[in-house]
Amino acid sequence: MTWDWSYAASLLPDLLHGLVVTVQVTLLASALAIVLGIGMAVTWHLRVTVLSPLLLGFARVVRGTPLLVQLYIIFFLLPDVMPALSPTTSAVLGLGLNYSCYMAEAVRAGLAGVPVGQWEVATALNLPPRKMWTRIILPEMIAPTLPVIGNYINSMFKISALVSAISVVDVFNAATIAGNSTYRYLEPFTMVGLLYLTVSIPVTILLRLAENRVAQRQGSHAA
Amino acid sequence: MLSLEGLLQFVLSGLQVTVMITVVSLCIALMVGLLVGCARLSRHLAVRWPAVVFVEVFRGTSELVQLFWAFYALPILTGYQLSPIAAACIVLGLNQGSYISEIVRSAMLAVPRAQREAVVALNLPVLTAFRRIILPQAIPRMLPPLGNQAIDLLKATSIVSMVTVADMTFRAQQIRTLTGQTLESFGIILALYFALSSIIGFGVKLCERRFAIGPGSSESGRSKVRVAA
Repeated sequence: MTWDWSYAASLLPDLLHGLVVTVQVTLLASALAIVLGIGMAVTWHLRVTVLSPLLLGFARVVRGTPLLVQLYIIFFLLPDVMPALSPTTSAVLGLGLNYSCYMAEAVRAGLAGVPVGQWEVATALNLPPRKMWTRIILPEMIAPTLPVIGNYINSMFKISALVSAISVVDVFNAATIAGNSTYRYLEPFTMVGLLYLTVSIPVTILLRLAENRVAQRQGSHAA
Repeated sequence: MLSLEGLLQFVLSGLQVTVMITVVSLCIALMVGLLVGCARLSRHLAVRWPAVVFVEVFRGTSELVQLFWAFYALPILTGYQLSPIAAACIVLGLNQGSYISEIVRSAMLAVPRAQREAVVALNLPVLTAFRRIILPQAIPRMLPPLGNQAIDLLKATSIVSMVTVADMTFRAQQIRTLTGQTLESFGIILALYFALSSIIGFGVKLCERRFAIGPGSSESGRSKVRVAA
């Protein structure tokens, strides 16, 4: 059996619909991961008693275990203790929690990269904490941290195919469903791979440009 | 319902499969990564470009897609059906190899230029220079990211459960559908995965000490480099 163009074309609407779901899940989970990650990093930074070490342990366990298992736990185990979540909500929660632990590391590295002088300036000027964070610290750390966060979102986009295991109809699941109904797998799985490439290659190029710009800016700072 | 002993027995049979796939894929990934990483540094376009395409394709798509493609679509093209475990090891090895090639490439680039010039000045054969001068200096830089990649690989092996390979995740799913002991089965495999990734992290720390060069490294590390140079 060889490639059938008309079959491939007939798959396209379903796959594109799935791609929209994949992008939606990725973006929502990214937002969740960024918010939680910043919260976690700030908690670590302030060395909050009990909470900081607890979150540190949580992050270590999450980073040391597979996302697939975490998704299964959220999808199959949580309904025992609380009202069941929809597959999509579980997917966003699972991806978001998982990546928040990586985002937290990125934000922590960004915080560590803010020169000591900047903290001292904020103290010397007697700035209130709110102003210190929003006017001095955050602007200093955003440029070097953004590309790192972007890379994590890019990798989340690809690994989000796992949410098909908890019955979310993302682009990968759309291909599986199409293949299972016709027993012709070559076209759907090839096309789904190409769809991932058409999104991730431009994103990767943009991120590389952003990284280079940050590196240049830091170079000019140093000089 | 299974007793705790029964659960453990069931899950441990999956543990063997998980460890086996991790080790085999890691070996493939290291070889692929080294080859492709060096190919990307080649002066010849015909060597460099296939490596670039390889890396972009494997890093640009989902591992799950690659696995399903190798398992369901490749047999249609070639008429040859890979066993699920073979497909898993090859796909994970190639996929992680593409990430490792980037680690190899940047570590090689970070070896000081003078070292490469010295190799030329001493008229060392290319392979000797690579094995004795360049690689020993690149390895300390590679190890920390390689450790992360190895842990990533371990976690990625869980996807093989979706093509019917009976790894730990597959066993836990079986227990869930057979007896409904979701908490116990997933709790056990979560602990086991965490233990495995901690072991990998610890092993990489040991390697880092073994291959360290420069000030602050152990005496054995320094003498090894002296012999190598």
